[in-house]
Amino acid sequence: MTIAFTEIQETIRMVQMESLDIRTVTMGINLRDCADSDFSKLNKQVYEKITTYAKDLKAVAEQVEREYGIPIINKRISVTPIAEILGSASKEEAIELARTLDRAALELGVDFIGGYSALVHKGISKGDQTLLDALPEALSVTERVCSSISVATTRTGINMDAVRQMGIIIKQAAELTSDRNGIACAKLVVFCNPVEDNPFMAGAFHGAGEGECVINVGVSGPGVVLNALKKHPDVDLGNVADIIKKTAFKITRAGELLGRVVAERLEVPFGIMDLSLAPTNAMNDSVAEILEEIGLERVGTHGTIAALALMNDAVKKGGAMASSYVGGLSGAFIPVSEDNGMIKGIVDGALSLSKLEAMTCVCSVGLDMIAVTGDVSPATLSAMIADEAAIGMINKKTTAVRVIPVPGKKEGDMVEFGGLLGRAPVMGVNNFSSEKLINRGGRIPAPLQALIN
Amino acid sequence: MTEKEKQKRAVVSVVGKDQVGIIAKVTTVLAENNINVLDISQTILQDFFTMMMLVEVKELSSLDVLRTDFERVSSQLGLKINIQLEDIFQSMHRV
Repeated sequence: MTIAFTEIQETIRMVQMESLDIRTVTMGINLRDCADSDFSKLNKQVYEKITTYAKDLKAVAEQVEREYGIPIINKRISVTPIAEILGSASKEEAIELARTLDRAALELGVDFIGGYSALVHKGISKGDQTLLDALPEALSVTERVCSSISVATTRTGINMDAVRQMGIIIKQAAELTSDRNGIACAKLVVFCNPVEDNPFMAGAFHGAGEGECVINVGVSGPGVVLNALKKHPDVDLGNVADIIKKTAFKITRAGELLGRVVAERLEVPFGIMDLSLAPTNAMNDSVAEILEEIGLERVGTHGTIAALALMNDAVKKGGAMASSYVGGLSGAFIPVSEDNGMIKGIVDGALSLSKLEAMTCVCSVGLDMIAVTGDVSPATLSAMIADEAAIGMINKKTTAVRVIPVPGKKEGDMVEFGGLLGRAPVMGVNNFSSEKLINRGGRIPAPLQALIN
Repeated sequence: MTEKEKQKRAVVSVVGKDQVGIIAKVTTVLAENNINVLDISQTILQDFFTMMMLVEVKELSSLDVLRTDFERVSSQLGLKINIQLEDIFQSMHRV
């Protein structure tokens, strides 16, 4: 079976002109066996296990990248939710463990390590509470450690006590890094219905159902989809979906192949392929621009949800056929700061916070990388989390909140986070209080959707 | 052909302004590295030279050597030369 000239050219063009890349190869590592009642032992075992298992991750990924001519942008690590191995460690020890993870990531040359996490969607255990208490400081004294907290699921409802705490924690984390525009919050995701095999940061962790070690892969490719659509400016929406589907198929196949080769060479099982379209700040590598290409003057206007639903579904359909094991979040990401089209939508007044919320009903993942005014109250942040969690809980999907209340900034300011995290216009929030709702506490019961047995 | 053998084929693609000696220089690099050419196709598209070659790769490590040698040729002639394992094209374009 020979490959046509045009097909080879198409692949090369995708990489060189349209920013096709493998966004991340993430190694999941189980840390449960590192638990120890003696903290110094635990600390040492965690460091040694991570740096042993992942010692060749970067080198192998870079080698595969060269051989196949497709860039692998990030090499990352996800670990067992740290709250589960903390046991009776103190807050200070939990912060020390975050530093250890940071040191391991630095040593291995990976850009992020995810899993400084706790699953508290029904209740908060002792280790969970220690991690929550340590969180603001842990995220502000480390560079590469990412955290995710699960506060709700469809099966359990929403733990509003955890939601209340998260508003306070986000606020504190922002203030502790006020000299860097509250960047600690960019490494903290609050989830409803989190997945255990997500390769993308900041929400990656190695869940309880996972094996000892696994390779999960996330592809990118909004630029490729955008360019494919540009070649057919006047086709109807059925054909638009078809073009996206075919493009997603090709992108996913490239990702699956590279992921499998990396996994094989590291002698680790291949886990899943995450089908999410993940934008970057590179020119034309924007999810918002795809929506605009479908036919919106600016993202955020009427019709945005319909276009997004079409796109998200088409990506899944194409990707599902291309990969044997689809998992992770698998849906379009709409982070504001990492997508030039989204930034433009906000600056031009087309895209609002409420529209962003509505968009999360039809795609993954949620309010992502959104900068809000520095004077927002913790209760308002909690209420934003509760709203997103409710959308996820009722619709049986993953939703998340990663907002940054940027200290000292007001609506309309622009803040720089640097690197992959990009820059974001500061958005205003609704000024009416949600204090009473948040202070009631307790748990929002699981919805009827949970009763499926 | 088994999966293992298939892995050892790579596609060399050359794109750039048409000029004398492109094929000669590129194939010289291959010959010097003892690389066998299995298939070759070439065309001129709007003044642009495009060539694809399917080559046999005995050792994956030789790809790095080839890449360095090609860099020399590509800067000399102002060309873009890529070498990629063939499976990537099979994966992306064949069901």
